[in-house]
Amino acid sequence: MIKTMELIGYSLSINRHSIMTAEFIHGGTMTEKKIRVLVAKPGLDGHDRGAKVVARALRDAGMEVIYTGLRQTPEMIAEAALQEDVDVVGLSILSGAHMALAPRILELLKSNGQTHVKIFMGGIIPDEDMPRLKDMGITSIYGPGASMDDIVKDVREAVKP
Amino acid sequence: MTLTNFVLEGNRLALARLLTQVENNTSEGRAALTELFPHTGKAHLIGVTGGSGTGKSSLVNQLALYYRKSEGSRKRVAIVAVDPSSPFTGGAVLGDRVRMRDISGDSGVFIRSMASRGSLGGIAQTTAALAQVFDAAGFEIIIIETVGAGQSEVDIARLAHTTLVVEAPGLGDEIQAIKAGILEIADVLVINKADRPGVENTERALRSNLELAHPTKRVVRHHGRSLSVTGPETDSTLWIPPIHKTVAIEGKGIAELAESITRHAAHLHQSGEWAARDRTRLGSELEAVLQEALLTRFHENIPQEKYEEILEKVLSRDLSSWEAVKSLLNGTSK
Repeated sequence: MIKTMELIGYSLSINRHSIMTAEFIHGGTMTEKKIRVLVAKPGLDGHDRGAKVVARALRDAGMEVIYTGLRQTPEMIAEAALQEDVDVVGLSILSGAHMALAPRILELLKSNGQTHVKIFMGGIIPDEDMPRLKDMGITSIYGPGASMDDIVKDVREAVKP
Repeated sequence: MTLTNFVLEGNRLALARLLTQVENNTSEGRAALTELFPHTGKAHLIGVTGGSGTGKSSLVNQLALYYRKSEGSRKRVAIVAVDPSSPFTGGAVLGDRVRMRDISGDSGVFIRSMASRGSLGGIAQTTAALAQVFDAAGFEIIIIETVGAGQSEVDIARLAHTTLVVEAPGLGDEIQAIKAGILEIADVLVINKADRPGVENTERALRSNLELAHPTKRVVRHHGRSLSVTGPETDSTLWIPPIHKTVAIEGKGIAELAESITRHAAHLHQSGEWAARDRTRLGSELEAVLQEALLTRFHENIPQEKYEEILEKVLSRDLSSWEAVKSLLNGTSK
């Protein structure tokens, strides 16, 4: 089953960005394929200001942001990412539990066949953990004071075919 | 094996992917819809609309929970939740899932958020198509939550079999209740947040409005005397929207509401209205597709320079739009 799932993932990931990314409707106006992002807060800390600010910035950059709220389990996040067919998952973690939560979420996304989904992370992440998180497959990590323009640019870059 | 086969087999990843194709109206999406179409027509489509902040998402959460847990049913539930797109950037924050935590771990529930993408009727252009995919995929109940609708976003009534209009106490007086628009499309009226002050006023306003629409035999007191008022003979095939009071975050009143929804579906079947609504809906879909196809064919047949030439004449006020269309359709330029 995993094999067939990967197959679907593969054939579609070609289709979704190359063919029909833009379509001509009524003699010339174009509709672009929207970048869909899931912004989620796994774990038990209640500080969602950062997640909301980032959600707003991505919205203003023309993306469709699905916001799931506080205290999500890795299972809830992976399930939401699947149902919403997102291109990117943004995780906000300020509790210090990132080394436990990140691998679990990555594993679940993979077992759901969503290997093409890019994971971004923000919050309080110690410098020494960053290389290990990136090795696991986290695309990019942001700390306090990160520029919204950089985040938007990096997300756009990451989902390019 | 095609994507649609995976969807019909119940593969959730394939379903999610297909929904994206259909939402973006790609040629793959349209081809899949064609393949899935014979499998549609079984689900009960429930629309949930009402002002922003009246508690639509919480109510949808509770209804889905009810359908999953009630004895003997355990129906599969799909939810399509629409939130507005920015008119400036096209971006959107889709936040309806926040209120749907209780059902997010249930594999018999599939929640899909969608942005309105410029559509003004309360749902997106492809919302109906998404509902069709869920229908074909075997979901028995499909709940469609509109954007926070004010007064005239009534597209949902054309799509859904049963439309719930959600109100909350303190949002308007009796004049709001007699205005045309959203209240007219209600099959079931819900006063959510019914633990808040002012609920009696809201209920009275809605009820008196309903009585104006459906005068039935009733006794009223006028200056201390009891008067019997008899309206026209009531038609047994007539559906009078019931009013339900709920407190969604506590789950109060949900079972009664679900009961009314079931009764409404039975009423639609009995009265032949189900088939009539299906006919209207598919008819307007056909109309829309026909319009698009004719427009595309027209643009293919008329040379771009000619179109520009006539547009120029309109700009210089030599031709009105009506005359311009006439000469475009004749294929002759004046």
